[in-house]
Amino acid sequence: MQLTRREMLAIGAGAIAMASGLPAHAALDEIAEFTGGAEMGEGGINITAPEIAENGNTVPIGVEAKGAVAIAVYADGNPVPNVAVFKFGALNPDQSATTRIRLAKSQNVVAVAQMADGSFTMAQAPVKVTIGGCGG
Amino acid sequence: MISRRDFLQVGMAAAAMVGGSGFGSWARLAAQQRLSQDDLLQFDTFGNVSLIHVTDIHAQMKPVYFREPSVNLGVGANSGAVPHLTGADFRRFYGISDGSPSHYALSSGDFAALAQGYGRVGGLDRVATVINAIRADRPDALLLDGGDTWHGSYTCYHTAGADMVNVMNALRPDAMTFHWEFTLGSDRVHEILDDLPFEALGQNVFDKEWDEPAEYFPPYTMFERGGTKIAVIGQAFPYMPIANPGWMFPEYSFGLRQENLAAMVEEVRSAGAECVVLLSHNGFDVDKKMAGVVSGIDVILSGHTHDALPEPVIVGQTIILPSGSNGKFVTRCDLDIRDGRMMGYRTKLIPIFSDVIAPDPEVSALIEAQRAPYQAALSEVIGQTDTTLYRRGNFNGTWDDLICDALLHERDAQIALSPGVRWGPSMLPGQAITREDIWNVTSMTYPNAYRTEFTGEFLHIVLEDVADNIFNPDPFFQQGGDMVRTGGLGYRIDINKPQGERITDMTLLSTGERIDPAKSYIVSGWASVNEGTEGPPIWEVVENHIRKQGTVSVADNNSVQVVR
Repeated sequence: MQLTRREMLAIGAGAIAMASGLPAHAALDEIAEFTGGAEMGEGGINITAPEIAENGNTVPIGVEAKGAVAIAVYADGNPVPNVAVFKFGALNPDQSATTRIRLAKSQNVVAVAQMADGSFTMAQAPVKVTIGGCGG
Repeated sequence: MISRRDFLQVGMAAAAMVGGSGFGSWARLAAQQRLSQDDLLQFDTFGNVSLIHVTDIHAQMKPVYFREPSVNLGVGANSGAVPHLTGADFRRFYGISDGSPSHYALSSGDFAALAQGYGRVGGLDRVATVINAIRADRPDALLLDGGDTWHGSYTCYHTAGADMVNVMNALRPDAMTFHWEFTLGSDRVHEILDDLPFEALGQNVFDKEWDEPAEYFPPYTMFERGGTKIAVIGQAFPYMPIANPGWMFPEYSFGLRQENLAAMVEEVRSAGAECVVLLSHNGFDVDKKMAGVVSGIDVILSGHTHDALPEPVIVGQTIILPSGSNGKFVTRCDLDIRDGRMMGYRTKLIPIFSDVIAPDPEVSALIEAQRAPYQAALSEVIGQTDTTLYRRGNFNGTWDDLICDALLHERDAQIALSPGVRWGPSMLPGQAITREDIWNVTSMTYPNAYRTEFTGEFLHIVLEDVADNIFNPDPFFQQGGDMVRTGGLGYRIDINKPQGERITDMTLLSTGERIDPAKSYIVSGWASVNEGTEGPPIWEVVENHIRKQGTVSVADNNSVQVVR
């Protein structure tokens, strides 16, 4: 659930593909659409998600970015990666949201925050979807 | 103000003193043939707080034999680090002489021979004696149970945990956390908790529907001992509904929840806790990572992966103490808490040599009272063994080889699968196998031995999935336990490859042919987490097989080729 781990931090859209080991990032086009191709920052955004999903059909996640006007959430391994865009008005006491999402398989949950000054920052969290096994 | 460097020196000195008085000297004592209860219990009371840790007893009330693993591979940063050292490597690391009591208690190698000399281990009446002795030194010592207590035997199954609850209550624990207990079903767990005379803790046990802390499982409890405020935070097994059947406890969600843990540490510190203890069922490598991620924890009492280490492992300012399994060990941890800080510690992993430590008569009588109604069924002899039967090991153990053989023969299957659990005592060559012995390695509430068809492709997916639960280089993705055991199926595993690439060369042993991804195979297994699994209970399958054999012999198993 600690998703700001340095090794998981993506510096830019290209870094996501490397971090996830994928040849191309499925959500790249959608992210570019959200940011208008603007440069991506790091830090200032947190994702809360389980390391291993208890049920891939309903995975509780949370996103938070202080000072954001909007946070977009993507699931890069789903057939349709767009999950949600949360918009925050000026009177929102905090800029956080929680929801439950369906994950088709093990993948990264990606969150991109648009800040008040128009800059963007991103974080991602790997969530494993497993068929289950045998505990000790 | 004590610096980090001073802290470490104080700590190491304290540990070294223990080494001189207890741990390191068993070898000499053995050589002189005078291993005694006093030697095992010898401890110079230290500081102002004492913790007593027991964990993963798996309902073993009576003394047992228990062979430690010879294969327990670490991955990533934990490759070659304790507890991933076994046999002679473990003994060299800790300076333990071959043939010593420590060798027998803590490591594998010459198990059957040493067992003849040193005898059985554990027994809750012996554990009671040790706890009473510690309480004689420090009357307000805290007894903390790491869970996996109400599961794992014939009587525990037939009383739905009542036998263990009755006996453990007599030991007067102060708090407990959980894993297999949930497989009694949440209704039964609630029924027991309603009358439990101590705290049931789990900061990571949440209501599934509302994703908020569960009423039955407070995150922590505060104690005042020796003028010191101590917070004990509980951490239940994080992967409950994934590794065990979630339909048995549908109200609950688990997970590591390290952010909530950090918040709880902050909360108890703000409330005046001078010492923070995590009573954990995470497993050792997970606890090691957790100590680095969440600061402010003084002691992690570590369970789940059944490791037993004679000295604490230190991460930052946190000491981690894993206390073994099956009633084989009790950890004593004395702390010097001053000015809201841990200034030093002294610890001892006390092996319960059943022939050396006198049973507590009251607890002995209580244990016998639990067993009495079932005595005839428990003691019925089913067969004999020619081989040491044991479970622990990453890829196989002779008990599971025998269970897989039973599934292949009794369920007429091509391939058998047996879960990679770590509980279950061992047996020596020449011993009679009773019904109780079979239940000790099979007892559970979802025992059905299914018979079904898997394609070669699906078999590969299953093996890859389980392998990643054990060998993922990030401990937070490890569920504990060992590789699923296979009968009739050989394979090659490269533990350092990513998921999907570890398992190759899958072979049907009966014909020597490679497994064809497109072809279907008849598979029998047990302990499926799916609701509605059909088939006879595994203990019946194993009992029938052993009866037919009369005397069982388990050949060496070379069907898994390991690359590391």
